[in-house]
Amino acid sequence: MSKVSLNVNGHEHHLDVDEKTPLIYVLRNDLGLKGPKLGCGLEQCGACMVLVDGKSEFSCSTPVAAFENRAITTIEGIGTAENLHVLQQAFVTERAAQCGYCIPGMIVAAKALLDANPDPNEEEICEALSDNLCRCGTHARIIKAVLRAAQEIRG
Amino acid sequence: MTLSSSFSNNPDLDSWLHIHADGRVTVYTGKVEIGQKLTTAFAVIAAEELDVDLDRITVQTADTALSPAEGYTSGSMSMENSGTAIRQATAEARRVLLELASEKLGEPVETLTVTDGDVGGEHTNQHVSYWDLMGDKQFDREVTDGATPKNPDQYRLIGNPISAKGIDGLVTGAMAFVHDMELPGMVHARVVRPPRYHAGLKELDEAPVRAMAGVIEVVRDGSFLAVICEREEQAVWAAAKLAGLAVWDDKNALPSADIFEQLKNNPRESFPLADGVPQDIPVQSPETPAKAAATLSSTYQRPYIMHGSIGPSAALACFKDQGLEVWCHSQGVFPLRQAMAGVLAMPEESIRVSHVPGAGCYGHNGADDVALDAALAARAIPGRPVLLKWERADEHGWEPYGPAMQMDVQASLDDEGRILYWSHETYSDSHMGRPADHGEHSRLLASWHLENPRTPPIPQPNMGFQSGIHRNADPIYDFPDRRIVKHMVRELPLRTSSLRSLGAYANVFAIESFMDELAHESGADPLEFRLKHLTDERARVVLEAAATHAAWGAVDREDGHGRGIAMARYKNQKCFAAVVMDLSVDDFGAITLHHAVIAADAGQVVDPEGLRNQLEGGLIQSASWTLKEKVDFDGGGVLSRDWESYPILTFPEVPTIETVLIDHPDQPFLGAGEATQGPTAAAIGNAIFDAIGLRLRRLPLTQDRVREAAAEG
Ligand code: FES
Ligand code: FES
Repeated sequence: MSKVSLNVNGHEHHLDVDEKTPLIYVLRNDLGLKGPKLGCGLEQCGACMVLVDGKSEFSCSTPVAAFENRAITTIEGIGTAENLHVLQQAFVTERAAQCGYCIPGMIVAAKALLDANPDPNEEEICEALSDNLCRCGTHARIIKAVLRAAQEIRG
Repeated sequence: MTLSSSFSNNPDLDSWLHIHADGRVTVYTGKVEIGQKLTTAFAVIAAEELDVDLDRITVQTADTALSPAEGYTSGSMSMENSGTAIRQATAEARRVLLELASEKLGEPVETLTVTDGDVGGEHTNQHVSYWDLMGDKQFDREVTDGATPKNPDQYRLIGNPISAKGIDGLVTGAMAFVHDMELPGMVHARVVRPPRYHAGLKELDEAPVRAMAGVIEVVRDGSFLAVICEREEQAVWAAAKLAGLAVWDDKNALPSADIFEQLKNNPRESFPLADGVPQDIPVQSPETPAKAAATLSSTYQRPYIMHGSIGPSAALACFKDQGLEVWCHSQGVFPLRQAMAGVLAMPEESIRVSHVPGAGCYGHNGADDVALDAALAARAIPGRPVLLKWERADEHGWEPYGPAMQMDVQASLDDEGRILYWSHETYSDSHMGRPADHGEHSRLLASWHLENPRTPPIPQPNMGFQSGIHRNADPIYDFPDRRIVKHMVRELPLRTSSLRSLGAYANVFAIESFMDELAHESGADPLEFRLKHLTDERARVVLEAAATHAAWGAVDREDGHGRGIAMARYKNQKCFAAVVMDLSVDDFGAITLHHAVIAADAGQVVDPEGLRNQLEGGLIQSASWTLKEKVDFDGGGVLSRDWESYPILTFPEVPTIETVLIDHPDQPFLGAGEATQGPTAAAIGNAIFDAIGLRLRRLPLTQDRVREAAAEG
């Protein structure tokens, strides 16, 4: 065990964990942030995505030590039930969720996209979400939700 | 009014709803929420009948200690069984409540009005609420057929857009899946499976694993292996280490002959069908009618495909005071409890199984198996809750797959291009692998690996209407003569069970591809050709709605672009769905989907957006099966172990979709979650033919298949 410092959703945490631990287990089990989902553990599905310095990254495999001194944002840091982020609201409006297991990862990837490109077309959205798998087939609605959010953010 | 069959086991009104003193209403169902938004539809039905706000309703899903026993959530039956039962139960409750209010207010029931559970009358200023009348009390009566549910013209909620229950929790990550549960003192576990089917554990030196940080227990029972650790990552590491140390024998390599040869050559039981029901009589050979101007035959094939949940199968279990408590995402908590009681040699009453959502499962995946895994692990450390998740390779390698299937179809046309005779034969393994009480046998995976193993029961051919292998094998078209045969094939290599729509996906792919081949043969437009053989009015309306919406026949297509149409009525008596697919095939044979139109008639529409979501989700999943999916295996075992070796459809590959709903407020609601599976596959195959003139009959319809077909000419 060793001390690892993490900045998650704007808070500093000093944790006693094995530094080889993949980030997701620390987020979920030490910090109680269950939003990032464990899907494959192989960087193949995107369920575990979090924002790292504003970019979407897999959290299921890379050791926690690699995330020191970087700003991590999980779905919990994007918005809450009382204060939904525009993207989350757009997912609700478009009913862009079936089982919902993939959705936190989708919203994280979409947030990274909209922060970099506030006016994406459908193709750019598909490209940005191409690392995120959904087995329920919610894709078409997710695309609509991201388009709607982009429009609302632009005003 | 006929009462729902769900009441025969659970006649008490109190087992269906409870009015709380604080103004909440709980509705109980034996079904589970698996992303199909059942709970939303049930809440809408209850709120409608009771005339209370939707927000007051909570739907309690399956729990062996709390809910009515309704078996499995499967076959798109939940709306019809549980939905109808909830409608009748809440209508009955309303009647009782109004009688009580009538007494209290001194006003006849006929002139009472209800606003959000508050009852008032025309002749009185007095009010009384449901919660005053019945709060936390028992109805203490059985559901009768005396209450009449509302007429559709009185609806204020049903059929109108509403937001899905619980969707906020999904977009914020706050909703707890079973994977997210946490109990005091909880520890984490992983299993280590044999490297392939039938391999047994020969040797294992556990000591190096026991010495690892955080390891609490190595559970070993015959060839069943699991590790329990303080922390989750420790369990992942310990399991990997254990897998490296275990030495397995290599008994019984899988038969490696081509799966479709096995399907044709293995022992089998065969049954002709009459009106969708298998008959235990000899099978006759196909005929060629005397007036036949042309006779065609084709063979269509589907490989094994997987459920492939995005979340791994997971369960939480705890042994305490001789009892076992399990939380899992099984679609049938009651039958699972029976199956576990047998394997664990415990009385059923000392096991409680509660349903907690998992990721979408689309049929029978590892949800039940993992519950036993967790229980076996938890039994080793009584008193401590154990959360066990499968790793991705466990999920891909051990889930029960949708069976490989072959369909041999033959038809004769007369000289006016009418079908005179149709023959359809389907070869497949069983689609019914769900666990229940199987005596000395068991269908739960881990039970096969125990020191005292149980073997799986020999599956019996399902002789029910439109079940398993022969689901949708009988076309809905009108032919003067037909011959439909089901072949249940034995001794096939891989474990199989129910996957969304069971046999319907492959049977409809075959029927609707072949209808296209016949249309082409007779020089007819595929839409016209279908309509010429279709008298069912609702089916015609759906087919024409899809065609009209897609401007069938009115679009000029560029080179390499194609358009296909297909339709089916799920189980020949449920939801009607038609699909028009536009796609293109490039010079290298790569297929790109562009646009899809769905038209569907699911009877009365309760929750239109939920219904669209189900139909569209079904289309996208079916497109994934159709274009990409195949479980690879060889003599050594299953090779599809992750998302790279078993790819599924990704965002850039998904078409845009438009959905047209045909509402029938006067008709019973029909489950729609499986309706688009078959039509989508055939619409894709037909569009490929339209684009490049090549007919692909072996799924998946990949670039390689296009090239093979082109090479064959
Ligand atoms: S869980 Fe990280 S990519 Fe699948
Ligand atoms: S909504 Fe179920 S996996 Fe995407």
